Amino acid sequence: MKTINILLAGVGGQGVLLASQILTRVAMAAGLDVKQSEVHGMSQRGGSVTSHVRFGDKVYSPTIDDGAADFVLGFERLEALRNAHCVASDGKILYNTMRINPSTVASGVATYPEGIETTIKDYARDVIAIDGLGLAKQAGNVKSANTVMVGAISSFLPFDDALWAAQLREILPAKLVDLNLKAFELGKKAVAG
Amino acid sequence: MPERVILSGNEAIARGAYEAGVLLASAYPGTPSTEILENVSQYEDIYSEWAPNEKVAMEVGVGSSIAGARTLVAMKHVGVNVAADPLFTLSYTGVGGGLVLVTADDPAMHSSQNEQDNRNYGKFAKIPVIEPSDSQEAKDFVALALELSEKFDTPVLYRTTTRVSHSKSLVSLAERKVSDRKPQLEKNVPKYTMLPGFARQKHPLIEERIKKLAAYAEDCPFNRVEMADTKIGVITNGITYQYVKEALPEASVLKLGMTYPLPAQLIKDFASRVDQIYVIEELDPFFEEQIRLMGVDVAHGKDLFSICGEFSPQLIREKVAGSRLSLQPAAEGLPARPPAFCPGCSHRGIFTILKKLKVFVSGDIGCYTLGALPPIQALHSCVCMGASIGMAHGMSHVIDPGDDLTQKTVAVIGDSTFFHSGMTGLLNSVYNKGVSVVMILDNRTTGMTGGQENPGTGKTISGEDTIAADIPAMAKSFGISEVVSLDPYNLKDIEDTLRAELAKPELSVIVVQAPCVLRYRISKPALKVDVEKCTGCKRCLQVSCNALGLVETEEKSYVEIDPNLCVGCTVCAQVCKFDAIS
Repeated sequence: MKTINILLAGVGGQGVLLASQILTRVAMAAGLDVKQSEVHGMSQRGGSVTSHVRFGDKVYSPTIDDGAADFVLGFERLEALRNAHCVASDGKILYNTMRINPSTVASGVATYPEGIETTIKDYARDVIAIDGLGLAKQAGNVKSANTVMVGAISSFLPFDDALWAAQLREILPAKLVDLNLKAFELGKKAVAG
Repeated sequence: MPERVILSGNEAIARGAYEAGVLLASAYPGTPSTEILENVSQYEDIYSEWAPNEKVAMEVGVGSSIAGARTLVAMKHVGVNVAADPLFTLSYTGVGGGLVLVTADDPAMHSSQNEQDNRNYGKFAKIPVIEPSDSQEAKDFVALALELSEKFDTPVLYRTTTRVSHSKSLVSLAERKVSDRKPQLEKNVPKYTMLPGFARQKHPLIEERIKKLAAYAEDCPFNRVEMADTKIGVITNGITYQYVKEALPEASVLKLGMTYPLPAQLIKDFASRVDQIYVIEELDPFFEEQIRLMGVDVAHGKDLFSICGEFSPQLIREKVAGSRLSLQPAAEGLPARPPAFCPGCSHRGIFTILKKLKVFVSGDIGCYTLGALPPIQALHSCVCMGASIGMAHGMSHVIDPGDDLTQKTVAVIGDSTFFHSGMTGLLNSVYNKGVSVVMILDNRTTGMTGGQENPGTGKTISGEDTIAADIPAMAKSFGISEVVSLDPYNLKDIEDTLRAELAKPELSVIVVQAPCVLRYRISKPALKVDVEKCTGCKRCLQVSCNALGLVETEEKSYVEIDPNLCVGCTVCAQVCKFDAIS
């Protein structure tokens, strides 16, 4: 199969890396070659975080070229816009509409851009806004917004539901499994619309 | 079928150490190397430890190797500068048990102060350099490098880059194999005692060893030719190999897994089989220069590819094939999202006051380096681990500030960095009658790298209880008569203390003891803003806390506090002039 490139973008502390882990584990369980790349260190402490996930028959580079992401999965709307140009011409952007102020905005040095929901539509034919925070609250915990986003993208990936559920069960602590299964379902339904 | 798992390069190196029967591993944390020892410490069969700095880690490794144990030492690229002293002479003594030194380089400087290419250390110290290109190789090359180390009686420099260390790929696991030979001390003075007379005997042997290694490189498991179309032949290494395979699937490739010394014949033969040779390597033209010296006609190398930064498949496609993706422009003018002090961080109040006092802050390496960024901007230099105290000392000896606070120096250093190499700077400043103020911010963890144990935390890497080094007692033992303390959450206390210490005509040491809120999950009830009292003056926003945000409505602007982020440290409340935060 053709290699699928997913660029995840969010804010340190949002669980971007856990979401990447779920995606890579599912692809691996499906028998595919997988690579994932992230940069951490300075990206903790509330900085921007991106993670590259690639899977297919044979994957060489762990990073995705600009303009080659089949999916940009944004966990926060400013970070989604910051990485929107990475999407391929026939790719999709799925993003969580929630807002997290960068320190530059919090301290009044910069302002948070208005109208991201409109601007971002210029980057791809399919741009899907998801109320990740609202759905996570509905699932029972705001911190499950990352799993909501994984649920959303799962609609477009060639993996069975059982595979996703099995990996969620394996990766997460037992007490968080039900909550995250619910978050996953809500994300998936949000896209099915 | 062997078990397959997905591992980062660093996890794979740890697994490789386990499978290869390593008995001891030592390191000092530093991005992108930190997870190597964190993962090694999960294997109970390997004794592992955090050393206070890379030189000590290396020396511990040298001892373990001399005693006959297979040994792994790990650090980030700049750490090798610190460890270079033992490394260069270990090259002369050679090893007992195999010794691998992992250097994790950081092209693009994701988390580093410089972009040095540590392969140069291989040539400089006359030892082989090994470079994996994915996690499978990262694991397998550890055992191969240890065998190489033992066979040629040399330490091996094992070099990764951020994209190898922090990328994950599939790895087939194997069982652990431990040598039957138990560690034992054997007294071999000419081998291990580098007095000039013995060292003089060694040097020609080292030169001979490099020649033997070059012969070995011609037909070794690290290097590989992949012939395809013969129009273009690429000589490459490490992560760049993956980019080349992605970008130029038709090209023939000579993949160098051992980049020093080079296999001259293999390279010449490869060059003779293709029309044009491209040498593609990140950072320095390390093997390109050597390949050109062999007389190989290199069509392109650093004329096309920068010495600075990271590569990508797209960059290679563009430079070699001239093809471009039609790229959409990135959105412009977006506010940056740099890392910042966590809500509740004990550094926030201190930097708020340092900014107010307008002193020169000689900084160091740790979370507090973020004090240089807007809006705080109260840290004015940062060079390397432990440098803050020596630098402040040097400044203070050539400046006569009088009462001018802008000409006074305050050194700021964290606990782990103080243990690393700040201690000697402090001893120097006491001994040589320095006059600066030294602030040791002891948050009981190695914070910036994710919260590792250190000699002050009371725990070892494996979680065992141990001593917690007492920084005030250490400073006193150096000859500081009075070590001052202060409460980092009380701005008045910080300001009064700093003003008093800055006025003294002598060296002053302030030790701030407050545990890292992130590491130790310290939290008090969140504060609230009284919207009636808040005037929207933004003064509180200057403390740079992500829990605070300005709300602007048509009627008024005011500050809001996110109850999910605020941990109730009260620094914002203390700067508020309208008593609006409580």
